[in-house]
Amino acid sequence: MNDTLTLILYIVLGVLILGGVLAVLLRGPKAPKDGYPSTRDADDVRSGEDEAVTTVERPPSAAGRLVRLRERLSRSNNLLGKGLLALLSRDKLDQDVWDEVEETLLMADLGSGPSERLVEALQRRVRVEGTENPAHVKQMLHEELLAIVGPDTDRSLHLEGENGNPGVVLVVGVNGVGKTTTVGKLARVMVAEDKKLLLGAADTFRAAAADQLQTWGDRVGVQTVRSEKDGADPASVAFEAIKEGKAQAVDTVMIDTAGRLQNKAGLMDQLGKIKRVVEKEAPVTEVLLVIDATTGQNGMIQAKVFSEVVNITGIVLTKLDGSAKGGIVVAIQEELGVPVKLVGLGEGPDDLAPFDAKGFVDAILD
Amino acid sequence: MFNSLSDRLTNTFKNLRGKGRLTEADIDATVREIRRALLDADVAVPVVREFAAAVKERALGQEVSEALNPSQQIVKIVNEELKGILGGETRRIRMSKTGPTIIMLAGLQGAGKTTLAGKLSYWLKSQGHTPLLVASDLQRPNAVNQLKVVGERAGVRVFAPHPGVTSEFDTPTGNPVQVAQDGVNEARAKLHDVVIVDTAGRLGVDAELMQQARDIRDAIEPNEVLFVIDAMIGQDAVNTALAFNEGVDFTGVVLSKLDGDARGGAALSVASVTGKPIMFASTGEGVKDFEQFHPDRMASRILDMGDVLTLIEQAEASWDKTEADRMAKKFMDQEEFTFDDFLAQMQQIRKMGSMKKLLMMMPGAAQIRQQLDNFDDKEIDRVEAIVRSMTPHERVAPKIINGSRRARIAKGSGVTVSEVNQLMERFAQAQKMMKKLAAGNMAGMPGGMQMPGMAAAGGAKKKNKGKNNNKKARSGNPAKRAQQEKAASQKQATTGSAFGQQSQQDFNMDDLNLPKGFEKFLGGDK
Repeated sequence: MNDTLTLILYIVLGVLILGGVLAVLLRGPKAPKDGYPSTRDADDVRSGEDEAVTTVERPPSAAGRLVRLRERLSRSNNLLGKGLLALLSRDKLDQDVWDEVEETLLMADLGSGPSERLVEALQRRVRVEGTENPAHVKQMLHEELLAIVGPDTDRSLHLEGENGNPGVVLVVGVNGVGKTTTVGKLARVMVAEDKKLLLGAADTFRAAAADQLQTWGDRVGVQTVRSEKDGADPASVAFEAIKEGKAQAVDTVMIDTAGRLQNKAGLMDQLGKIKRVVEKEAPVTEVLLVIDATTGQNGMIQAKVFSEVVNITGIVLTKLDGSAKGGIVVAIQEELGVPVKLVGLGEGPDDLAPFDAKGFVDAILD
Repeated sequence: MFNSLSDRLTNTFKNLRGKGRLTEADIDATVREIRRALLDADVAVPVVREFAAAVKERALGQEVSEALNPSQQIVKIVNEELKGILGGETRRIRMSKTGPTIIMLAGLQGAGKTTLAGKLSYWLKSQGHTPLLVASDLQRPNAVNQLKVVGERAGVRVFAPHPGVTSEFDTPTGNPVQVAQDGVNEARAKLHDVVIVDTAGRLGVDAELMQQARDIRDAIEPNEVLFVIDAMIGQDAVNTALAFNEGVDFTGVVLSKLDGDARGGAALSVASVTGKPIMFASTGEGVKDFEQFHPDRMASRILDMGDVLTLIEQAEASWDKTEADRMAKKFMDQEEFTFDDFLAQMQQIRKMGSMKKLLMMMPGAAQIRQQLDNFDDKEIDRVEAIVRSMTPHERVAPKIINGSRRARIAKGSGVTVSEVNQLMERFAQAQKMMKKLAAGNMAGMPGGMQMPGMAAAGGAKKKNKGKNNNKKARSGNPAKRAQQEKAASQKQATTGSAFGQQSQQDFNMDDLNLPKGFEKFLGGDK
């Protein structure tokens, strides 16, 4: 009895001592009192780092990105696809099944209106064609979805201006959707296509937004026009950028704007002013609204309001690499006829791809 | 297009007029509308399904069939159910009993964590705490800098030993867990009583970053883990909330970007799926735009029923107290309402922001939404111009304004004489109404005349607006209407229980379809 007790005591002591030693050994590097002098640790591998800053990168061209898009979409969407297929593969297509089909579409943020219409159209077709064959129904669903997304819409970016003017791309959106990053990524695509371009940092509100844009530009050897101080008039920065672009005879000037919620009238007026002022120098060829894939039905209001103010011509759907499906773009396209032109798929600098309706629908259903 | 739930329901019930009671089919149709309203507000599908079932059950019961106005009754049920899910009581931060209270922030990228850290610290500071901000987001470019900036704006110390990354192309280095731990130790040493740890934004599906958040959590053992979620988020709210609940097991939720026009159904989804309370709402870009969360208001917002409380709060924040007191006194003494008062009121209201937005917040605004959509805030300027074209004497005694004076005023303000006429007409109406109201108040007339009377008057005016497509006249009215509301509540503040006595007999709060909590502004003891 006594022996076991001492044994237990020994074990406990041993664990304690071991634990103590381990704690000392395993304790990570402690942050110095006055902070780290640089973002790099002393023993960081610096290979190629200096080079990268000086030499300009040549990002891979957009071709081949679609494959990745498909891969990712199928990853993020397969739940929806599988759910739908499982539902449609039942023997009998009764109201419950249709309700569930609708709910599944709703879960993708498609919105109540489009979902309802889609299901009704599908129901009608099933009734007319008198088929309950799941494969056939799936084919129909595919067609109906594709019809809404619109495979034939013109999704090309108007990046070139006319009459010697540069093409002007204005990037707008609410806060935190990834506008600056989109501009940066798009710049890389254009450099890859041997376009000459200039960036305008008209986000003078957010701390260090211009720095962020400049970093993107510097990486691919593109100049960034920015104001010297924070809080300058964004319209004047944009104007300067166009002027500079004209002087340098670039193909395209891309203007990054500050994030603004669509119900802030003052900020929306400011955006309208940016466009008006820019158009004094050269017509705006493309207005891209950036929308976060997680956005729900508010995306519709965003699109409407931005459309009223600056007449958006295309949508960039970002953060599609999460679990969100971005179905709101379907509703937007249906109501406003503004097509999705680009999708952002992740944090990598080249994770931006042209939107492909067929690929989108394929990925949703397969 | 029907925007508010009550509108939709009213429309559904329109076909039933003349029927004695609701049939099950009626209720089915109603529940469908409710379902659509919730889906349009981005409430998650599973939550909607459950919710619709619960409402249907209650609607089929006695409650509704006995009600005089089933539409209102159902809205009431829905409102109550919503509040039930959102949590009835306002939850406060659990302060640590010993040592510093540790608050950790987590959420998706772009949800607004860093901004919120600044706001939260400012709010805590104004309550007498000494918060310390810790920059553990070493992932996002410039996150550390941003935290320093917001810390500076809030006047709070920021602990940032590691500069983080400054561009997309730096690889994150440094150990966020260590930084968080050091931050807590720093707070202990420097006697800060609250530590707010800002962490990197992550996707719900990113296992690696989630593990990092988990590690931070385990290392610092926070008293509160706040999950920051964008009010605009759609159906993905459920996935995200579940992922974070599993990953960091948060204790409370913060809704950000609530100053937008998103209905914020995500609030309901998150509360319902995780059962965690929503504690704060972030409502703007400044450090002060931060408030405790009020479930009852959120319910109204999701249903798009107008938000009178926010309206009143906004009024209180920007209202000039002496001016309001003067008005209230005038109102009580049954003095004539003059153009001078009108002008003063207009300026007060303008301080509160866009008239359109204010009007939208009024209950019942949805019915005049069409008109409101065409309403331009600049119309108010024209009304003001007209009034300003009057001489001081004319403003005090509008009766002396004859034809030639009208012509002069019209010329001076650049409008037509008929527009001036219309303004005068409306003004006379408003004057009469004010007098009636005041008289009702002073005499303590039996029959609860004042409040319903006021509502009716308001309603009548709304209809006026609808028929009469005159924008100028319309813009004059809201000023008055809002001002009456204000005057009424002001009066309440000064005279105490004048309302209280009669309100019990005739004045049924539900008739007005006001959100809960409004009573306190109208009378102490409803």
